[in-house]
Amino acid sequence: MAEQTSTTNAWPANSAPMDLIPPGRKRLGWALMALATFGLLATILLQILYKSEVDTIGFETWRPVVYAYVLWGVAIGIGQVLTRGEDGQRALFLLPALLFTIAMVIFPTLFGFYIALTDWNLSSFSGRKFNGLDNFWQMLGDPYYRNALFNMVLYVLAVLVEYVIAFALALLLNAQIRARKFFRVVFLMPLMLSPVAVSWMIGKSLMEYRFGPAATLARHLGWDNPAFFSDPITARISVMMLDAWTFIPFMMIMLLAGLQAMSREVLEAARVDGASAWQTFWQVTFPLMLPVSVTAVVLRIIFKLKLADIIITVTSGGPGGATDSVSSFIYREYRDRSNVGYGTMLAMAYLVIIVVFVTWLLKIANRFVRNVN
Amino acid sequence: MSVQTTDYTVSEIRSPASFITSRVFIYGALVFWAFICLFPIYWTITTSFKSAVDVTQGHLIPFVDFQPDWKGWRSLGLSPDSIFQTSTVRDEFLKRFMNSVITSVGASSLAIIIGSLAAYGLTRYRYKFAWFKNEDISFFFLSQLILPPVVLALPFLVLYREVGLLDTRVGLILLYTLMVLPIVIWIMRDQFNSIPVELEEAALVDGLSIWGAFFRIVMPIALPGMVAAFILAMVLCWNEYFFAALLTSTDAKTIPVMVASQTGSQGINWWSMAALATAAIAPLAIIGIALERYLIMGMTAGAVK
Repeated sequence: MAEQTSTTNAWPANSAPMDLIPPGRKRLGWALMALATFGLLATILLQILYKSEVDTIGFETWRPVVYAYVLWGVAIGIGQVLTRGEDGQRALFLLPALLFTIAMVIFPTLFGFYIALTDWNLSSFSGRKFNGLDNFWQMLGDPYYRNALFNMVLYVLAVLVEYVIAFALALLLNAQIRARKFFRVVFLMPLMLSPVAVSWMIGKSLMEYRFGPAATLARHLGWDNPAFFSDPITARISVMMLDAWTFIPFMMIMLLAGLQAMSREVLEAARVDGASAWQTFWQVTFPLMLPVSVTAVVLRIIFKLKLADIIITVTSGGPGGATDSVSSFIYREYRDRSNVGYGTMLAMAYLVIIVVFVTWLLKIANRFVRNVN
Repeated sequence: MSVQTTDYTVSEIRSPASFITSRVFIYGALVFWAFICLFPIYWTITTSFKSAVDVTQGHLIPFVDFQPDWKGWRSLGLSPDSIFQTSTVRDEFLKRFMNSVITSVGASSLAIIIGSLAAYGLTRYRYKFAWFKNEDISFFFLSQLILPPVVLALPFLVLYREVGLLDTRVGLILLYTLMVLPIVIWIMRDQFNSIPVELEEAALVDGLSIWGAFFRIVMPIALPGMVAAFILAMVLCWNEYFFAALLTSTDAKTIPVMVASQTGSQGINWWSMAALATAAIAPLAIIGIALERYLIMGMTAGAVK
C-alpha cells in the first residue's frame, strides 16, 4: 500500500506519534502484510499454472483467488493498524470501499479492453481468438451501431423537454396549495416502479393497438391508426415518453428542493418593485435556480445514457432497430449471437464516448453557471 | 383576500377573479398530472381482476363496468381460494420475490456499510495514496456513476463464469453494491459534512478512539441519512434489470426478469400479467408512500447548498 500521511482537518496537532508504536508490533504488521501479499500472488500463480496445464495442482474455478483477495484485504487492514497506529485506523475507513471498487471496476474494465480485441463466441467450443482491431473496423462499418448512437443523441435531447415539465411541476408543488404532501407522494410514484413493470403496464397494455385505453383515447382524438410502436419516429417518441414518465419525478424533486431553499426576501422584493409573475420567474427565480437545474439535468443525462430496460422489454429495438439505445443494442447483439468480443468492443467505444461527453458537459455546465450568475 | 396571504404568486394581489382563475389553473394542472401518474397503476390493478371480455371492451370502473373476479391472482396462486393449494406459479413467484429481497437488501446493506465508512473518512481526514488526494479519491468514487452497466456486463459475464458466481445471488449483490456505492457515498458525504466536528473532538477528549467516536457519537446522528441512502439504494436494486437479465438464468432470477420474460411470450394473459406487475411494484409503492420523506432527503442530498 502506498505511502499515506493523514493529518486531520480537525486535530492538526494530534497526528499519530509514530515512535510510540513498539518496533515488535511494527515488524509483526509488516510480516503479516508481506505474508498476505505472498499468499495472494502464490494463489494467482498456482491458478494460472493450473489453468494453462503446466501443473496438476490447482482449483476447478478461480473462486479461491477471490477469497485470497478478500483475505489479503483484511490482512492489509490489520497491517495498517499494527504498523501505523492511529493513522492506520483512519486509513481503515477508506480501505474497504477502495479495495472493493478497484477489484470490481478497474480489473473488469481492463479485462474488457482485452476481450474487445478478441473474437470470442461463448457458445462455441473454439474459445477465444485474438483478432486485434477487427472488431473495431467492423464497428466503424456497422450502420445499426451508428443508428443507436444517433438515437442516444435524440434521447438525451429529450431531457430538455423533461426538464421543462419537471420545472413546471415543481413550481406547482411549491405554490400555496392544499394537500401538498398528497400530490408530492403521487407525483413521486412513477419513480418507484420498476421500468420493466412500467414497460408492460404502459408500453404493452395501455398503448396496446387494439384495446389499450391510450389507443382508444387517441382514436377519439382523431388519430385513425394509433400504432405507437410501428413507425420509427412515433416509436422513438413513445419510448421517450415512457422513460420520461418514470424519471420526471427525479428532476422534479431536486428542483422542488431548490425552490424551497430560495429566500423569500428576494421574491418579496421583486413583488414590491411591481414585477409580474412572469417577470419574477424569468428575472429572479430562474437565474437563482440555475445551479440546481444544471445539477439535475446533468444527473438526468447520466442516467439517460444507461437507458436500456424499457427498450429491451417494449420494442426490443424495433421497428428495424429504430429505437435502439446503445445498451439495448449491445444486449441484443450478445443475446442473439453471443459474441462477447464484438459486444465488448461496442461497449468500450461507448464508454470512451461517454467519458469525453460527460467531461465536456461538466465543463460547459460549470462555465454556464458562472457566466449567468 | 390578498392581504392575508404571504404567497408570492403576484396574480393574487390583483383581483378575486384572477385569483380564482389562477387557483383553477393550478389545481387543474395538479389533478391532471396526478391522473397521469396514477392511471397506469390503477389500470394495472383493475386489469388483474378482469376477464378477457372486460379487457377487450376497455371496461374501466369495477362494479359499474365489470364484475371483478380474482382471475389474475388465481393464476398466480395468490387469490383467496387458491392460496392454500399448491401452485407451481406461486412457488416460482415467491422464489423470484425472495431473490429480489435478498439481493436488494444485501447489496444496499453492504453499500451502506462500506460507503458510510469511506464517506466519513473522506469528510474528516486527509488521505494521500501515492499521488491521489481526497478530491481525487472522491472523484474516483463518484465517477463510477457514469459507468454504464453495459460496459461491465460482458466482462463480468466472462469473469463470473470463471469464478463460479454466474447465476448466484452473491454475484448480483456484488454488482449491485458497486452500482449504488457512488450514490451512497454522495449522500453520506453530505450528511457527515453537516455534523459539527466539535462533537467528535469532545468524544476524543473523553477518551474514545476514533472508531469509538464514529460508532457512538457520529453514527446515531447520521442515522436518518443512512436510512435515506439505504432506501434509495433499495429502490435502484429492486428495479435493476440489465445485470439480472444477463447474469442469471434459473437460480438467482429476480422479479424484473420474471416480469420481462412473461411479456415476451405470445398470447399474453392480460389478467395474470397485470397481477404479476402489481405484485412486482407493490413493495416499492408501499415504501414510496410510507418513507417518502427519506427518499426526498436522499435525492436532494448535495443538490442544494
